[in-house]
Amino acid sequence: MSEQKTDDVALEYSTHQGQMNIVGFWIFLAAEISLFSTLFATYAVLFGRTAGAPEPAELFEAGTVLIMTFILLTSSFTCGLAIHNMREGSLKGLMIWLGITLLLGLGFLGFEIYEFVHYAHEGATIGSSAFWSGFFTLTGTHGVHVTLGVGWMIAILIQLKQRGLTAVTTRKVFIVGLYWHFLDVIWIFIFTSVYMIGMVV
Amino acid sequence: MEKKQNKYPVNHIIGFALSITLTIVAAWTALSSDLPVMWIIIAIMALAVIQAGIQLFMFMHITERGATHAPWNMMFHAFVIAAIVVAGSLFTMSFGFTHDHGGGDHHDESGAESHEESHDDHEGH
Repeated sequence: MSEQKTDDVALEYSTHQGQMNIVGFWIFLAAEISLFSTLFATYAVLFGRTAGAPEPAELFEAGTVLIMTFILLTSSFTCGLAIHNMREGSLKGLMIWLGITLLLGLGFLGFEIYEFVHYAHEGATIGSSAFWSGFFTLTGTHGVHVTLGVGWMIAILIQLKQRGLTAVTTRKVFIVGLYWHFLDVIWIFIFTSVYMIGMVV
Repeated sequence: MEKKQNKYPVNHIIGFALSITLTIVAAWTALSSDLPVMWIIIAIMALAVIQAGIQLFMFMHITERGATHAPWNMMFHAFVIAAIVVAGSLFTMSFGFTHDHGGGDHHDESGAESHEESHDDHEGH
């Protein structure tokens, strides 16, 4: 469908390799959805089995969770702006917005670490009960993904600084962007099905 | 699908505003509304699916031509599989089963054929 190069197409799609890498990354994301679906299923099945450890509704704080959600939503937006700038051909804009995304990602991680430490102090650790095992495995796996994304973005920013906008670097930026938006999708479901439902039920 | 993109990232701004609004609506529904719990769960899960769609279509350019139709196909099927895994696990593991270990509530409302019931019977003999 897409062997010929045209001026119309964005730089990251301009080579066959670039296209295949991007399609391949979508396959990876589909596999990630399956991975997270098993963790969501485990969490849902174990819901409420706190075995004497604190109940989720006692510990979840709407304020903290909403701040985390807004941080991640904003970082997804700034990441989109970074891709937009990249397509305008603005290396500077791309790096600035990617840097902001990175800082927001770090902010999110800070809140998540604070939250986990707080829960541990209240007596809810990964070993406390089936429910808390499910909770920490699910949110922890998401947190590990965010950490990985932050490291990945730092590496890409260094490469952008060195090489500028090429078919290879734009492809890499686009892919890390997909990854970042994907983490936001997962977080939306964690926000809804873990925190909001946990506070209602 | 956008051929020549706008100078201003209109799609992104709309998507961002929508996702913030939907988050606030979901939080309000869960925390401040007086709806029955089941309706709250259905409503906020529906809002989450809409938000996921916003991310995929407005931020991730899922329909972009550069990478064929494969992304759209794969993501759609991945979401179907995820829904089956979650709903199927809940159905097999939790349906008709209460977590209340204090009372004798393990006995069914859902028919005498349940696994728990027959297991108890065996132990009884």
